[in-house]
Amino acid sequence: MATHAAFMPGAETERQNVLWSWLTTVDHKRIGILYGSSAFIFFLVGGIEALIMRVQLARPDNTVVGAQTFNELFTMHGTTMVFLAIMPMSAAFFNYMIPLMIGARDVAFPRLNALSYWIFILGALFLNASWLLGVAPDGGWFGYANLSSAQFSPTHSIDFWMLGLQILGISSMLAGFNFIVTILNMRAPGMTLMRMPVFIWMSLVTQFLLVLAFPAITVALILLMFDRFFGTLFYVPAAGGDPLLWQHLFWIFGHPEVYILILPAMGIVSEVLPTFARKPLFGAPVVIYSGIMIGFFGFGVWSHHMFSVGLGPVADSAFSISTMLIAVPTGVKILNWISTLWGGTIRFRTPLYFSLGFIAMFTMGGLSGVMHAAPPVDLQQTDTYFVVAHFHYVLFGGSIFGLFSGAYYWWPKITGRLLDERLGNLHFWLMLIGFNVTFFPQHFLGLIGMPRRIYTYAPDLGWNFWNLVSTIGAFIIALAFLVFILNVIKTARAGQVTGPDPWDGRTLEWSIPSPPPVYNFARVPTVHDRDDFWLEKYGDGHGAAPRARPAPVTAAEIAAIHMPATSYWPIVLALGMLLMLSGLMVSTYQIIAGGLLTLFCMYRFAMEHHRPPAGHGP
Amino acid sequence: MSEHATTHAAHDPNLGNTGLDHRKMGMWIFLGSDCMFFGSLIGTYLAYKGKSLSGPTPYDVFNIPLTSYSAALLLASSLTMVLALAGLQQHRIKAAAGWLLATAILGLHFVLNQVYEFASFALHEGLTLSTSLFGSSFFVLTGFHGAHVTGGVLWLLILVSLAWRGKLDARDYTKVEIAGLYWHFVDIVWIAIFTVIYLIP
Repeated sequence: MATHAAFMPGAETERQNVLWSWLTTVDHKRIGILYGSSAFIFFLVGGIEALIMRVQLARPDNTVVGAQTFNELFTMHGTTMVFLAIMPMSAAFFNYMIPLMIGARDVAFPRLNALSYWIFILGALFLNASWLLGVAPDGGWFGYANLSSAQFSPTHSIDFWMLGLQILGISSMLAGFNFIVTILNMRAPGMTLMRMPVFIWMSLVTQFLLVLAFPAITVALILLMFDRFFGTLFYVPAAGGDPLLWQHLFWIFGHPEVYILILPAMGIVSEVLPTFARKPLFGAPVVIYSGIMIGFFGFGVWSHHMFSVGLGPVADSAFSISTMLIAVPTGVKILNWISTLWGGTIRFRTPLYFSLGFIAMFTMGGLSGVMHAAPPVDLQQTDTYFVVAHFHYVLFGGSIFGLFSGAYYWWPKITGRLLDERLGNLHFWLMLIGFNVTFFPQHFLGLIGMPRRIYTYAPDLGWNFWNLVSTIGAFIIALAFLVFILNVIKTARAGQVTGPDPWDGRTLEWSIPSPPPVYNFARVPTVHDRDDFWLEKYGDGHGAAPRARPAPVTAAEIAAIHMPATSYWPIVLALGMLLMLSGLMVSTYQIIAGGLLTLFCMYRFAMEHHRPPAGHGP
Repeated sequence: MSEHATTHAAHDPNLGNTGLDHRKMGMWIFLGSDCMFFGSLIGTYLAYKGKSLSGPTPYDVFNIPLTSYSAALLLASSLTMVLALAGLQQHRIKAAAGWLLATAILGLHFVLNQVYEFASFALHEGLTLSTSLFGSSFFVLTGFHGAHVTGGVLWLLILVSLAWRGKLDARDYTKVEIAGLYWHFVDIVWIAIFTVIYLIP
């Protein structure tokens, strides 16, 4: 095996099988690419599920799919978009960009990072394998008890959902531990916490939300698992069990999860706007504090998802007030983003378009969110299309616009080629128009009483026109993503090759070649400011001169860099965990076999570098 | 600039900006996360306290003296863990291995007591996972704690076997310290569970 040979960067690539090198990679950049491409594929899968639903709802009494299939479609659409598209797309940026932006050569635990990815992809494939077996989950993305009980969902559909989410949760938490340590511990010399780029700050807050929120859903899912497989009574009302327990545990996770989905996009926007306005982020420390506040309050608002269950006036008031409070730091951020543009030398390029789209759409989603922060209004709107419109404005108009802003912004860094500007503009405008045509009418539909999750409706309810409009919009969105795919193919073939710094960037990642070498920084930089690379290029505008470019890196310096060795234990360990958990649906022997394999792999994983091989390392 | 490159390459690769070892910080964050895990389980137990419709109540089944003895075992094991770490720091590898083994044995004794407790509840008191809400929430909460202890015992035994094979010395202080952090955490969680479930009426 080439495990030890890879201590020398660059020595591994030639003799090794390409596939093997990707399966055993521990390079954060490769893992980032794996996350990004997997997430985009699942984004398309979730999108196709949405299109089928929109076709079914295009006209009344439609019969494209039946009620059962429709249930499976909206359950898998929600689960896929949240856990298999937006979260791993954010993870792609965490992986690729965090070490580059803090001046590190890799993450704190490179093998654990690979493990997170392999657990994620196996969990994602496991969840979608339910389609092939004809038992796709059908309980809604928040799988309310006791619909999810063995009595009401006797097939394996809920099992796939429950075990799939459990597996994905393990992946997210491991990644969370890794990135918190990476950010706090691996910053380049001089990069104090307040000199960290705002994207890094938002990533840090997101990781804390991940590691503190996921245990709640882990427990909720464990209780469900015991109910379904081992006869416990947690969600069985006949034995005194309270289905509300599920709702509380789920939303204690579920509301921080909303911020897990949006904060990375906020971080991206906070990097894109200063770059294209050519001035620093307005009130950057306040943007950072606001992000921390959002993360903190995010744990105190979960019951606003449950106003309609009747928690009583005291609980309703408390959660209503805390929900409205969260609008304050969010509003502060929107003000700061707009103020960043004010008086800037703005260059309208595709990443900026997407960031502007983010601000406008997210603000609208936020406003409808403040509306149903008030319980009486919420009772009117809950479980209607108004809520569907609201969270698509936040998660599509917010997260997806932000993530694609990041994709266009960092594409040249990752691939060395600029995405085509004309196709990028076309993508943006189609997406913006398609998005609003799809989701704005859903506000009307909700207010005139159309409930969520219905598979068809009678023709005389007054819902026909806006449903048709919404369906047309969905196909415009699909067209927008075809343009994006075309752009990617065209760029890969004949895209404009770019240097290290195509946007005249402000942060460290633009100071190294595109795509970056395996060791990222030949010399670890010293940081003096949040916009350190900008100051290095232009001075601070108050008299401090640009810094002299450092001397060229010598071959000896590069030869002295030690990079972590590749390892096949992460993927084997992930397989062991999948074997163990999926064994619950098959046989006890498989659980035991998977458990033993997992334990053995954990041991080998831990012992792999217990003593560094002679002549290497400290 | 170049002086940073050289100093960076020379110093301990596990030591970061905060002065904390990566692995140690990772363990602290894991323990924070695990607090939420046990918090959710304890919350579930409390939410269902006294809500069972049938089956034995906690005071029909609990054997407080036995469980107090178990708690004492676990508390004592935190002391032996500290002694193991001190031994390692003072290069007394054999003593360290002995204390690690003692810690593992105390932990194992705790787990065996729990197995005995579970078995006597199931066989003599008629309390199982599916008897009542009390049975469900009691077994799942204490069972996951027991699983944590079992994992810790395995970890300690691996460290002992490394020490016996001459593969553990003062260089590995941080690794043992991290195992200790985990061990003390599991111990503290037991104090919380013991108080909430067994002692508070």
